[in-house]
Formats: sequence, C-alpha cells, structure tokens
Amino acid sequence: MQKIGVFVCWCGSNIAATVDVAAVAEAVKGEPGVVFATDYQYMCSEGGQSLIKETIKEQGLTGVVICSCSPRMHEATFRKTVEAAGINPYMLEIANIREQCSWIHKNKEEGTEKAIILAKAAVAKLNLNTPLIAGESRVVKRALVIGGGIAGIQTALDIAEAGYEVDIVEKQPTIGGKMTQIDKTFPTLDCAACILTPKMVDAAQSEKINIYSYSEVEKVSGFVGNFSVTIKKKPRYVNSDLCTGCGACMEKCPSKKTPNEFNMGLDNRTAIYIPFAQAIPKVPVIDTAACLHFKTGKCGICQKTCSANAIDFDQKEELITKEYGAIVVATGFNPLKPTKFDEYQYNQCADVVTSLEFERLMNAAGPTKGVLLRPSDQSHPKKIVFVQCVGSRGQSCRDHSYCSKICCMYTAKHAMLVRDKYPDTDVTVFYIDVRTPGKNFDEFYRRAVEEYGVHYIKGMVGKVEQVDGSLKVQASDLLSNDQMVLDADMVVLATAVEPDPTAKSLATMLTASIDTNNFFTEAHPKLRPVESPTAGVYLSGVCQGPKDIPETVAQGSACAAKVIGLLAKDKLLSNPCVAHSDELLCNGCSTCANVCAYGAIDYVDKEVNDHGKREVRHIAVVNEAVCQGCGACTVTCPSGAMDLKGFANRQIMAEVDAICK
Amino acid sequence: MREINEMLKKKVSELLENGTADRIIGWQAGEFCYDVTPAVMRKDNLDELFYNGFCGANQSKYLIQESLEEGKVLALLKPCDTYSFNQLVKEHRVNREKVYALGIPCSGMLDVDKIKALGITGILSIEDNGEEIKVATMYGDKTCKRTEVLQERCKVCKGKEHKAYDELLIPDEDAPEVPNGEDRFELVNKLEAMTSQERFDFWRGELSKCIRCNACRNVCPACSCRTCVFDNDNSGVAAKSNADDFEENMFHIIRAFHVAGRCTDCGECSRVCPQHIPLHLLNRKFIKDIDEFYGEFQAGEDDTAKGPLTAYTEGDCEPSIVMEKGGEA
Ligand SMILES: Cc1cc2nc3c(=O)[nH]c(=O)nc-3n(C[C@H](O)[C@H](O)[C@H](O)COP(=O)(O)OP(=O)(O)OC[C@H]3O[C@@H](n4cnc5c(N)ncnc54)[C@H](O)[C@@H]3O)c2cc1C
Ligand code: SF4
Ligand code: SF4
Ligand code: SF4
Ligand code: SF4
Repeated sequence: MQKIGVFVCWCGSNIAATVDVAAVAEAVKGEPGVVFATDYQYMCSEGGQSLIKETIKEQGLTGVVICSCSPRMHEATFRKTVEAAGINPYMLEIANIREQCSWIHKNKEEGTEKAIILAKAAVAKLNLNTPLIAGESRVVKRALVIGGGIAGIQTALDIAEAGYEVDIVEKQPTIGGKMTQIDKTFPTLDCAACILTPKMVDAAQSEKINIYSYSEVEKVSGFVGNFSVTIKKKPRYVNSDLCTGCGACMEKCPSKKTPNEFNMGLDNRTAIYIPFAQAIPKVPVIDTAACLHFKTGKCGICQKTCSANAIDFDQKEELITKEYGAIVVATGFNPLKPTKFDEYQYNQCADVVTSLEFERLMNAAGPTKGVLLRPSDQSHPKKIVFVQCVGSRGQSCRDHSYCSKICCMYTAKHAMLVRDKYPDTDVTVFYIDVRTPGKNFDEFYRRAVEEYGVHYIKGMVGKVEQVDGSLKVQASDLLSNDQMVLDADMVVLATAVEPDPTAKSLATMLTASIDTNNFFTEAHPKLRPVESPTAGVYLSGVCQGPKDIPETVAQGSACAAKVIGLLAKDKLLSNPCVAHSDELLCNGCSTCANVCAYGAIDYVDKEVNDHGKREVRHIAVVNEAVCQGCGACTVTCPSGAMDLKGFANRQIMAEVDAICK
Repeated sequence: MREINEMLKKKVSELLENGTADRIIGWQAGEFCYDVTPAVMRKDNLDELFYNGFCGANQSKYLIQESLEEGKVLALLKPCDTYSFNQLVKEHRVNREKVYALGIPCSGMLDVDKIKALGITGILSIEDNGEEIKVATMYGDKTCKRTEVLQERCKVCKGKEHKAYDELLIPDEDAPEVPNGEDRFELVNKLEAMTSQERFDFWRGELSKCIRCNACRNVCPACSCRTCVFDNDNSGVAAKSNADDFEENMFHIIRAFHVAGRCTDCGECSRVCPQHIPLHLLNRKFIKDIDEFYGEFQAGEDDTAKGPLTAYTEGDCEPSIVMEKGGEA
C-alpha cells in the first residue's frame, strides 16, 4: 500500500480564486493510500518545496501528488524535490488544476468539483506507480548543421569556436545561401558579399568545420546525443581534391545556354560552372542536363582543358554515415515565385521582376554588372513601381497568411538605392502597412521617404498591363480612395518568404514538427525559441520563421549556445517512461512497429519460457534508447502486450475510473 | 456439388498421397446434416470428408494452431476464407510455409434457420443441388430456392476470386457465380440514421442477449491474440467486464475496436452466435468509416499492405493539420 501525500497549490489567486483549495485537500483525504493532504500558497516556491520534503520524511510518504499547474511547467522541479527527500522521482503525479481547471472555469463550485476529480484521478494513478530508473547514454561530441546559409554558417562557426567538430550539409554547390545574392544590406547598406565572404572563408578554413556541399541528408536515426545520419554527396563530376578552381573548363565549355540560377535566370551559364566567384568550395559542378558529354557522349572539352585532370565523368553519388550528438536545421527559405499572380503579369512580362531578381540587377557581380537595365530592352528604367506583400498577409489560397517581415525593409532599401544611383528615376512603393520595427529601421524607412523622395502609397495594385513596351499599373490609393493608372518601366514584386521545399520531408526524417506553413516549430514560442520539440534538434535562421540577417545571426548564435551546452555534457539521462512488450503476450503481429514513428521496435526470434514451455517466438522488442514514450504502440497492440512505463494501461484506466466514478 | 465433391476427394487424397501435406482440415458432419464442423483428417479417415452448402466455417483460424505443429497441413479455402488467411499470414499468426492452401469454389453457403423459417422442419437430410435445395424431412420431401436460404454474408459475397492459394481445384473463371449484389452497408446506414438514444437502446437490447459464450471471439480470425485481454487478469479489462451488465456489453465494443481495420467481414461472428446478435453490424460500421476516411480498404486483400489504422508513413501529416484539413495535407 502506498503512503501518499497530496499538496494543493493556490498559485496565488490563479487557482485559489476559482478552486476551493482547502476543500480539495479535504476531499482526497479519504482516498486509498492518502495519509496526508494540505494546501499551500505557492508549491513551487522554496517554502512549498521544503514543505513537501519535510512531509515526506515526517510521514514516511512513498508517493506525492501535487495539484498545481501543468506538468509542463514544474514537473521537472517537483521530481527533483521528491528525489531530494529520498523517494523515486517517478513516484510523483501532478494534477493540473490550473490550465485544465481554474483558468477555464468561472464558477468556483464547478472549478472545485473538477479539481477534486482531477486530484482523485492522480491519486488513483499514483497507487499503481512503480519507481523508474533513468538510463544513461553517451553524447557524440559532433554537431551537424543542415543548410549552409548565413544561419548555418554562424551556428557552425560558434560551435567550432567552442572546440567541437561541426559538419555542414549544403544542398547547393556552394555555401552562403540567399545572402550571396543580395547586393547591399539594410539598415547600414554595407555590401552583403563583403560581410558574408569572410565568414564563408572562416568556415572553410576552420579545422573543426567540415563542409559537405552539393549534399543532402538521406536518413536520420537515433536520438539526442546519438544521432546517426546518412549524407548523400551528389556527384559533381569534378574531383575536389585535384581541382584548383582555375575556371578554365568553364571558359571552354560549349554549352552556354542554361539559365543561371545565381542570377535568377537573368543571364546564362555554362554546363560546367561555379555559381559565383567567391563560392565555397570553389570547385565547379557539371549540370548533367546541359552537358553535351552526358547528353550525347561526345564533347569532353572540359576534360581535355583541365590541366589538373580533375574532371571525372564517372564520379558516383557517395553515401556517408556519421554520428552526431546534435542536429541543427538551418534550411532557410526561398522567395515565392509569383507565377500564380496573373494580375502582375510576371510570367508574360520580362520587366516585372521579383525583389531578389532586382538585387541581381543592382549587383556589380550581376548580369548587368550593377547597371540597372530593364531585362526586356536593356534600357534604363525611369519609372519603377514596387509592390509589397505579394503572397504575404493574404486570405486567398495562393497567399500566405503570415507577414514575411523583411520585405518592407528591403523594398525601402531598393527604393533608396535606386534614387541614390539614378536620381532621375521616379520610384513609387505600394504598401498595405509599412512595418519597420528594429534598431534604426524606422529611421531607415523615413530616410527613403524624406531624403530620397520615394513615393509611398498605401494601396494595392490591381493589375499590370503591357502597352507598347511599357507597363501600365492600375492601383488604388486607400487613403484618398482614388483609382489610378501609373506608367512604369519596371515593376518589382516583394514576394513572400517561403520555407525551403525540403522542410517537410526533413521534418519527418528528424521527427521535428513544422507548422501549417512548413516553418519549423520551436519547443516553446517564448522560452525555447531555438530548440525544436525533438530533443537534440535545434533551429537556426529563416527555417523557423521570416527574419532579416541581424536576427538570423542572433538566432544562429543562440542555437550554437544550446548545442554547445549539450555537447559539453558527458552523458545524458534518458526518459525511463518508455514502452516495453511482454514477451509472453506478444503475438508478433508487427502492428506496433508499423505505427512507431521513431522506428524503435525490432522483431526478434527469441526463446521464451511460457509457464515451463520453451519455444522460439517472433516477438516485438523495444529499443529503449530510441523510444520517445509516445504511446502509439501501446494503444495499437491488440493483445495488451505493449505497455508504457509510467503510463501503463492499468494506470490510465485507474484514472479514467476515478474520473467517471 | 456432387461433381465438386468427387474432384475434391480425388485431389485431396492425391496431395496426401504424394506427401504435399500430411493432414487436412476438412469438415465433419455433426448430429444433424446441417451441423457441420471443421476437423483434422488424415489418410485413414479421409472418407468422412465432404463439402456442401453447410461448410461455411472459415478454416483460417484453425491454421494458427495447425501451422505450429510438425509437417504441412492442407487447408481448404473458399474465396472469402482467403481474406482471413492473408490477414493471419500478414500478422505472422499463421506460418505460411506450413500450409498448403487449396482454393475451392463456393456457390454460397446456406442458413438452416432460413430453411426452417420457410416452415420446413423435421429435417433429415439436405441435398444441395445448385439452384434448388432438396430437403428430406420427417414429413416428406420439400424444396426451396437457393437464393432464399443463402447466408446473410453470402448475399454480399466479395466474389469468386481466391486471394491466396497454392493450387485451385478449378480455375476461378469456371467457378459458379454467387448471386450477390445487396448493399452490405444498408443496415449500417439505418443505424447511422437513428438518434444516439435509439442506437444506444438498439445495441443495449442486442448486446444484453449475450451469454458470453465467447464463440464469436473464438471463431474470429482477427481475434487471433495468444492471450485475449479478456483472459488476462492483469489487463484490468477482464475483471471489469464482470462488474455489471453494462461493462459486460463493453466486451463487444472493445472487440470491435480490436478488429477494426483487420476484420475481413467474413461474417463468422454473427454466424456462430447462439443468440443471433448481429455482431457484423458493429464491424461493418468500422469498415464503412475507414472506407470513408481513408479510402476503400479491404482487410486481407493481400498479405502485405498495412492497414489504414495501423500504418505510419513519413508522409503522414501533423495531427493539427489532420484536424484542420481532414487528412488531405
Ligand atoms: C530580396 C531580399 C533582400 C534581402 N535583403 C536583406 C537585407 O538587406 N538585410 C537583411 O538583414 N536581410 C535581407 N534579406 C533577408 C536575408 O536574405 C535572410 O535573412 C537570410 O538569408 C537568412 O539566412 P538563412 O541562412 O536562414 O537562409 P538561407 O539564406 O535561405 O540559407 C539556407 C541554406 O540552406 C540550404 N538548404 C536548404 N534546404 C536544405 C537541405 N534540405 N539540405 C541541405 N541544405 C539545404 C540552402 O541551399 C541555403 O544555402 C533579404 C531577403 C531577400 C529575399
Ligand atoms: S512508445 Fe511505442 S510507438 Fe512510441 S516511440 Fe516508443 S516504441 Fe515507438
Ligand atoms: S502489437 Fe502487440 S502483439 Fe503485436 S507485435 Fe506489437 S507487442 Fe506484439
Ligand atoms: S469480426 Fe466477425 S466478420 Fe470480422 S473477421 Fe472476426 S469473425 Fe469475421
Ligand atoms: S457468440 Fe454471441 S453470445 Fe457468444 S459471446 Fe459472442 S455475442 Fe455473446
């Protein structure tokens, strides 16, 4: 028989205002096993915790029920408290009488009744609890960063700085991400390449950082501290060890007509290419879809040209499996391609461009060498219209409901840069709201309006039309309620930030969660912003939500701090609330393995002793280190062979019975 | 039928003779001609083997035990039995290697209660001759039409194709057609149209007739657990079902949940229930719901496909999204 003490918390007035706490304590006194019950103002305070410890000793308690806030808040704290007083931390149950009771009831009588029921359910469960002991597991002192944008680079540099090994997996031929394509950066207008390139070089030169470029994560297994990850290195068809990055192959390649991704398709590249001059690694890749050798079996000019003998048409995809203690997701974003927004004529009209395309048109390393020219006829645009919020903050199915956060600022930047370089250009920005919170951000925007004379019109663009080589923009001014038609030489669409399309499959591989927009979800929106809900998986940069560079870098460093905190540990305690199957009851039907999202269940042929009868049976065995204790298998198992420690079927049933009594 | 019987006997003795299998699960007549039960036979008592419209019993379940024994067992599987057979193989309950499955044709099984309901009593023998059923009774010879006395499950027959076999007695194309065509969800639709109180009363009324003989569970090929939770004192379920009459009714609800997504709709549970409780309706409600939520699914169609309720794939969406978008994302 257990000796149970029940402690009912007031939580100041949070609970006590809606629940008669003394009545709850009184009501549970008659429950089986309960030898002590009381109420106290703040159980989580030092006084409250001492009260628990003293009572455990005085009354010789074997278990404790605390009626308080959600176990998510203080379960860990109270487990430590009871452990300090000498009882097993899993002989503690928390009845949530705050979030699930006082906060949702107005009437004190109803609140009290429910609190009593919840307390009784916790007592009923605790009567069936058994002490559990957490296992230990080691920590592999290496981190994996998926995505080599500024976020991933920053995180990797910080982890390496602390002395741990880091691998970066980047799916593109080079690291750097979107920042490599940006011209100048708000709010200070320094050039993106000037501040990014040194970091890329640092990453490449760090002894602790290993970059797998042109690679993807193929498979992830394991758990916090002990992940095993298979990385797929796609064939570049160029031997990185031999290549000197001289670029002679690119000069000679006769296939020159492939749209250049780096310049957003605004010019062409060769089949063998290095995306841009500062690329890291500076080793070309062969685009097999464009390469004449791959298409016809002939050509091979690059191979003949290369004095280092680095071209290897037979290179094969390579799979590398490595162990990691922590995984960082830094997969970033892509700007939406506005192909579904017919009203802006993006598909039809070369002079309607996205903001990222505009960055390339302004960039000295871009297709026009930094001279702003219209894509259609290479003339200087004299009238430019910017449209904000394309695909953001909308209600229709082609829109995202969220604000992309960075577009107000970079549009102000674009407008300002144009006016600065080409003062005779007329610049108009259509906006829904201008949102510029951030250090020196509003000042920046005001400068665009006040010093650079950019016309800001609160309104929406209804239609863009191409008339005689120029554009007509139909719009409405929401402040004056006027309809207007503007002539424009160029229209720039500030399109929404979208998570990388690989986010969803990656989330599944990592058993991390994503929200309805496919942004990775943090463990707690306020208190754990850089951790995913899956232990050992961390979030860095725009993959978690739209951000500008300063915020991305701040988050990247925060994320590194968390990873370092984990890698610094020698061992981790595992959750003992895991599943296990009763070998005598198991049918070997494999249903449990079918539903386990973590692949924690194996089938083995095992000799069992069924009441003296020895036989070999095919049965389910749980890998306790991999099991997350989700319970999916236990509810699926038809025979009841599978059960969850700490949440056994009998315990749940006892709770239900207590509630339904 | 006589013809098929001859062919069957010949085939079976051939297979036992040449060592393909060393025993067979066949059917044996009981006290009455319509009271037929499965039985294990060997070469020496093969004479007793026969096959007629009362050999409805699904043999698959017996294979759980039989496939644990030494040697290979010959199983006679009607088309519908093969679904249960697949399901059991899939769940590793029947060792496929220990079974030689002979697919036999079926022209629909007969329900003696329906014959009796036609006023035909004092039955001495029944001759199953295709379209017409000849019944010899204490009061003289009677006849009735096959379609009038078919079992409920045969009126919604899944078809004459065998979904698993090592050998077919006759090719599926040449097998007789079972006159089916009724909507198997007709009664489920009626139940769904009831108010919840009416439905509650209906099931309470039906389930209260249960005498807990466990025949439904014991015959069910989906109820294949080594130890049923209702026989396991530690499960916490067993004792509860004895608490009162309502808890006892829960036996059926729990059973229906346990077989959901696995029940092949073989109809054995309803067939064997001495209290004539329409147990198949509970299962069919689940089948209908599963079809509607996850797309049509027939348990036992093959021996590999994961059931819709017990499959996890990397494409599954987050629960929050299922709630929002109804599982489409
Ligand atoms: C037009 C425009 C102008 C901007 N101007 C400014 C500005 O002036 N100032 C400012 O502060 N911010 C600006 N930004 C925002 C800035 O671009 C982002 O804040 C920053 O790039 C975010 O970095 P990131 O590393 O999170 O994502 P990204 O830069 O998108 O990097 C993600 C990296 O991960 C890789 N990756 C993705 N999926 C995988 C995978 N599955 N496996 C391996 N690798 C993967 C990608 O290839 C990419 O290299 C601008 C954005 C745009 C669109
Ligand atoms: S509780 Fe079961 S389903 Fe969940 S992770 Fe553990 S073994 Fe897998
Ligand atoms: S679901 Fe249950 S019976 Fe089936 S294999 Fe898993 S533990 Fe065994
Ligand atoms: S529940 Fe009934 S119909 Fe379903 S498989 Fe079992 S016996 Fe057959
Ligand atoms: S066969 Fe009928 S009476 Fe027997 S347990 Fe099943 S439902 Fe009850």
